[in-house]
Order: sequence, then structure tokens, then C-alpha cells
Amino acid sequence: MSDAVSALQGETHEGFVTVAEAGLMGMITIRCDLGSKGLAKALKAERLPVPGPRRIETVEGRSIAWMSPDELLLICPHAEAPALTERLSAALSGEHALIVNVSDARAMFTIRGAKADQVVMKLSPADVATLPAGEIRRSRTAQVAAAFWRSGEDEISLVSFRSVAGYVIGLLEVSARKGSELF
Amino acid sequence: MLSLTCPCCGITAEETEFAPGGEAHLKRFGPGSSDEDFESYLFARKNPKGVHFERWRHAYGCGKWFLAARDTNTLEVFATYKAQTSEPPADVIAKIKAKRPDWEGYK
Ligand SMILES: [Zn+2]
Repeated sequence: MSDAVSALQGETHEGFVTVAEAGLMGMITIRCDLGSKGLAKALKAERLPVPGPRRIETVEGRSIAWMSPDELLLICPHAEAPALTERLSAALSGEHALIVNVSDARAMFTIRGAKADQVVMKLSPADVATLPAGEIRRSRTAQVAAAFWRSGEDEISLVSFRSVAGYVIGLLEVSARKGSELF
Repeated sequence: MLSLTCPCCGITAEETEFAPGGEAHLKRFGPGSSDEDFESYLFARKNPKGVHFERWRHAYGCGKWFLAARDTNTLEVFATYKAQTSEPPADVIAKIKAKRPDWEGYK
């Protein structure tokens, strides 16, 4: 098998918080009728729930996020993604559904530190201050699409397309520079 | 600033998170229609100062299309509602009439 590498191979910057590309992550797009029994059953077999609108649920090292009324994003360890995609595809073969391993089309970042949300506030029109834990917000950071959520205390995770990973780490690095805190 | 609430995901966001799609509730005239109808379908658009119905897409969010009734003059949004609607729903009309009693109505 080829040697998979993430977009920026863990590039990290220290500012008033730490911003880092998170390395290899598995990501699977699921598109189907989110209310279908087949989906609930297929996910239950993987010990995963069907998240409600805009929710992101984390179970045993995997996260599953509601992306739109007919789309979920499943985040898992990179090596797990191909087999998981196959299992879900087989389980949903009778449904009008699409399961695609998009791991290598995406990049993931973590912003860690006491004022982590300020880094995103400066880049996105979303109301980051009121973003509750357990909710994923799809919006933009400067000129590119991004989705982010509170992945821990003082930590935000952010997903973008891999093709713009260099642009996103640049945004995060500048936004996190020491002395540029908002409050 | 124009803020819209996407009826597909429930997020209220400002304009730059959305992509505008022009006038809503257009009736398509294609092959077999009269030249006048076809021309009007392609080119003739309302451009009111006041109540207007528009298509919007939550481009940076859930990606879905929806419709919005708003005032082009004040940027007040009366309602947003699902795209699978061929004319403004009665409750949307009622909301607009409550706020703009002298509005001449849809069409
Ligand atoms: Zn939306």
C-alpha cells in the first residue's frame, strides 16, 4: 500500500494558543435519508448514533456529525476508514445511499489553548461565542469552507478541504499570533 | 447587514455565508412556449423597492436552497421557507401583510 501522508504532516504553530494540522484522519461521507431505519441499524452495528440536526457525537474515538438534512460525516482513525466504508456500504446496499471514503480529500486542524475560540472568531462570520459543545458549525474561514466544533475544553477542531490546507494553516497561524487576542 | 435563517439547518447567519439565486417562484417556459413567455422567463425580473421573494443557497453551510421573503429597502426578512414551494405560502403572505399593510400583494 502507498504511504499515506496528511496535507501538512502535522505542521504546528505556537501563538497565544497552539494551532496544528491534526495529521491523518479518516473521514467518511454518508448521504441518504437520515430518518431511514436502515441507516440507524447500520450505524448501530458500529455503536454509533444518528446525530440530530447540527450535532456531533463522539463514541469510542469516532465522531459522527450532521452536515445537512441528507448528509453525515463520520470521523475515525485513518486506517479504519476503508473497511468501515465497506461495511457501511454493504449494510446500506438496499437503500438509496452513498458512502464514500473522503479521508484524503480533507484536512483537519486543532486549535488548543484558553482562548482557542478567538482564533476562529476572527476568521468566520459564525457566532463562535455561542456555539455549544456538541454542535458542529459549517461556515467559512476567510475565503474557504470550514466546519468546526468544540472537541474538548479549550479546544476547537476544524475541518477543511485538503486542497486549501496550506491556506487554512496560514489563516490560523496569523489569527493565533501572540498579542492579537480579542479580549 | 442582511441576516438569513436557513430553514434546512436552522442556522441564522449573515449574508456572506449564503449565495443569492435571484427571484423566486419563476415559472419555467421552455420548448413550445411563445416567444413572449420565453423571453420573459429568461430576462424579465422584478426589481421592487420593498417586498421581494428570492432564492438563496446556504453555500458555506448545509448547502441547501431555500426561499426568502424580504424587504429590499430595509433588509428586513419576513420569512424564509423551503424551496419546494411554487408560490409564497399563506402564512408568509400574512406575516408580510401584518408588517406592510399597504403592500399590493404577490403578483
Ligand atoms: Zn443551512
